[in-house]
Amino acid sequence: MANISKEDVLKTADLARVAITDEEAEMYGEQLTEILTFTEKILDINTEGVKPTTNGNAVTNILRDDKPVTWDKRDAALENAPEVEDGQFKVPAIMEE
Amino acid sequence: MKFETVIGLEIHVELKTKSKIFSSSPNAFGSEPNANISPKDLGYPGTLPVLNEEVVNYGMKAAMALNCDIASETIFDRKHYFYPDNPAAYQISQDEQPIGENGWVEIEVDGEKKRIGIERIHLEEDAGKLTHGTGGSLVDYNRQGSPLIEIVSEPDIRTPEEAYAYLEKVKSIIQYTGVSDVRMEEGSLRCDANISLRPVGQEEFGTKTELKNLNSFAYVRSGLEHEEVRQAKILSSGGVIEQETRRYDEKTKKTILMRVKDDADDYRFLPDPDLAPLHIDEDWKERIRQEIPELPDARKQRYVEEMDLSDYDAGVITATKEMADFYEETVDLGADGKLAANWLMGDLSAYMNKHLKELPDLAITPEGLAKMIKLIEDGTISSKIAKQVFAELVENGGDPEVFVKEKGLVQISDDGQLREIIGKVLDENEQSVADFKDGKGRALGFLVGQTMKATQGQANPQMVNKILKEEIEKR
Repeated sequence: MANISKEDVLKTADLARVAITDEEAEMYGEQLTEILTFTEKILDINTEGVKPTTNGNAVTNILRDDKPVTWDKRDAALENAPEVEDGQFKVPAIMEE
Repeated sequence: MKFETVIGLEIHVELKTKSKIFSSSPNAFGSEPNANISPKDLGYPGTLPVLNEEVVNYGMKAAMALNCDIASETIFDRKHYFYPDNPAAYQISQDEQPIGENGWVEIEVDGEKKRIGIERIHLEEDAGKLTHGTGGSLVDYNRQGSPLIEIVSEPDIRTPEEAYAYLEKVKSIIQYTGVSDVRMEEGSLRCDANISLRPVGQEEFGTKTELKNLNSFAYVRSGLEHEEVRQAKILSSGGVIEQETRRYDEKTKKTILMRVKDDADDYRFLPDPDLAPLHIDEDWKERIRQEIPELPDARKQRYVEEMDLSDYDAGVITATKEMADFYEETVDLGADGKLAANWLMGDLSAYMNKHLKELPDLAITPEGLAKMIKLIEDGTISSKIAKQVFAELVENGGDPEVFVKEKGLVQISDDGQLREIIGKVLDENEQSVADFKDGKGRALGFLVGQTMKATQGQANPQMVNKILKEEIEKR
């Protein structure tokens, strides 16, 4: 049985740097548990003798040529960042000396 | 208690394809920050990875050169972690089906040959570069998505010296294949080391620590040497080794604790559903196999057999592809194999070491060296003068023949001219002449030296010897 606890949600939110309240964590925990419980139905399917696959389409070797393309909207991407310095994305300090 | 050291290395090598592994962004070193990015590299929702065929070719080539079996079917997996160097919050890598497995390289330490196993080589994407500062860290995603191969050795390495030799060998082989620049200073080759100790005779491995921040081959060796001692001290006094990651400090040459692995890493590997499985058939493998050039060991062997070089000399000449190619071109231009090797290993290597330069940074060309060697062989210049010519070629390049003429360095081989000079030398050194006649052989050496001095080193040494003896006889 799937069970996503409030603590699981808070830890994940923290890792992803998403600010959520305790109430929200509780709510998302319940919702995620419901979703996982629903998807657990897939475990009832008998897959005896079925070859594992990693892909929904029966395709292989989707490859592209080694041709570089420069994207022209780099500045727009930087504008979307909360903070930018010297053409770089600025994120909260990671190393604490 | 006596301990045995067990070392395993993980080497990351950046492949020099023109574009990234899963996006079309340029794969280039040294661009301005975030110049080579795309929505895919930034992890935008809805973007999809498409595999670069050349990355597969390069990875396969490297794996083959390192004697790996190549997978016929492989997939890519997502390795999840949260860190700003990777905006998708997962790195696309290969988990259970790496492109290459069961490889090996042969190393030589103190004349002993040894085979070091390679457990696996897999393809993956690189992460962005972080610059840590006060008040925040800066992120440059130019490297995000650059193609990498990770080469994981078996725990076959027993000493820091073997680790060094293994690194040199892997670097050399990859360099020969041409799939990477393998320049540690530019980050196109990086190395982490795992090390543990166990009592001699014990089968089971001890607890290992992982060393990071090893920014040169010498640091790898030095970091391992330090860690070996540190662990032995702890174990000898009855302590236990913690499984942890340690950072090598270049200034103190010590390793410093970075983090303890209390919470075992959980990367939640899962097959990436955005990427189709990769099938590599025999034709494809064969096509790549055909492209692998002669590798360092084969070349070394050939030089021993064809050029009559010693094992050691051939090893030095073939250690880097640049040197080997330079050597081969020089010989192809007609230079004597042994003489060419001596100049490269002697004066040229000394110059490179002294000035911390690489061969391509120097002005000398194979044409220049070959010509200079010919000038020595046909007697135009003496070996002594050649050193002067060589220094000029290394610094400024050019045609040695022109330089020799302009500077008036042509060797004096004219019999009459030499007899005249020697006559004067003998007049001025009557005591030495008498000594030589009394059987003091050393006196001849002195007279040769005086003659060379009188000619600024330009006299033909063989002729000087011969004429000196003849002229002394006459007195």
